[in-house]
Amino acid sequence: MSAEPRKRRLEVEEIGDVTVVNFVDRKILDEQNIQIIGEQLFELVDSEGKKKILLDFKNVDYLSSAALGKLITLNKKANTSGGKLVLCNIRPEIKEVFEITKLDKFFKIKEDEQVGLQAFA
Amino acid sequence: MSDFETSALEITIPSDTSEARRVQDVLEHGLQNLKAPDKDVFCIRLALEEALVNAIKHGNQMEITKKVIIKYTLDADVFEIMISDEGPGFDPNDVPDPTDIENLERPCGRGLMLMRHYMTEVNYNSVGNSVRMKKVFKKA
Repeated sequence: MSAEPRKRRLEVEEIGDVTVVNFVDRKILDEQNIQIIGEQLFELVDSEGKKKILLDFKNVDYLSSAALGKLITLNKKANTSGGKLVLCNIRPEIKEVFEITKLDKFFKIKEDEQVGLQAFA
Repeated sequence: MSDFETSALEITIPSDTSEARRVQDVLEHGLQNLKAPDKDVFCIRLALEEALVNAIKHGNQMEITKKVIIKYTLDADVFEIMISDEGPGFDPNDVPDPTDIENLERPCGRGLMLMRHYMTEVNYNSVGNSVRMKKVFKKA
């Protein structure tokens, strides 16, 4: 197997009290990668106790249903811990994936990072 | 035997997602060489990912010794593919609608829906362990 177990898949930056997360991968498709991305996202809530998380999709060209599953779980974790998850900078092709699955109504999706940050105010 | 089956190219892979990725790269490269529209390449790539993961994970239960057989044809205006696994199959009609309010928070069950949206045709065999998908390219 060609897994790269602990390679960072996320770039994390703190802006004020919001944790802004960028994805390293342009294609969030591969099952192994998604597993690792999921673990690293969940750690933000479970281990690091982050409450306000803004996921920035500007680097992301592809997203599969398995990745959507991880985002749903992350959203639940954030809500359960009294936090909030916001998604931003989703390109139209990827936005369509959210719309088809009606997850555009489930997630808080904002146009860009600026508007995304304001959603926590 | 149908035209598709006589003219299709065939690739057999073990139940390994990194092998599936290699197949996707080969097919994406072929589509780009044919100058298939970017939007259609996007659709095919997504549908392929979902179908291959279904075959490897749900069909073959990630058992590396079980094979996934991929047959495909690439033409200037249409792409057709059949992906078969060694699993017992499933009834696509039994998959709950992931957009129903009670299923919306379930983390799985959206792959088939995306395949149907992104491809022109998606059909399973009667056993449910082989899916055939067709994408007719949009004219520029």
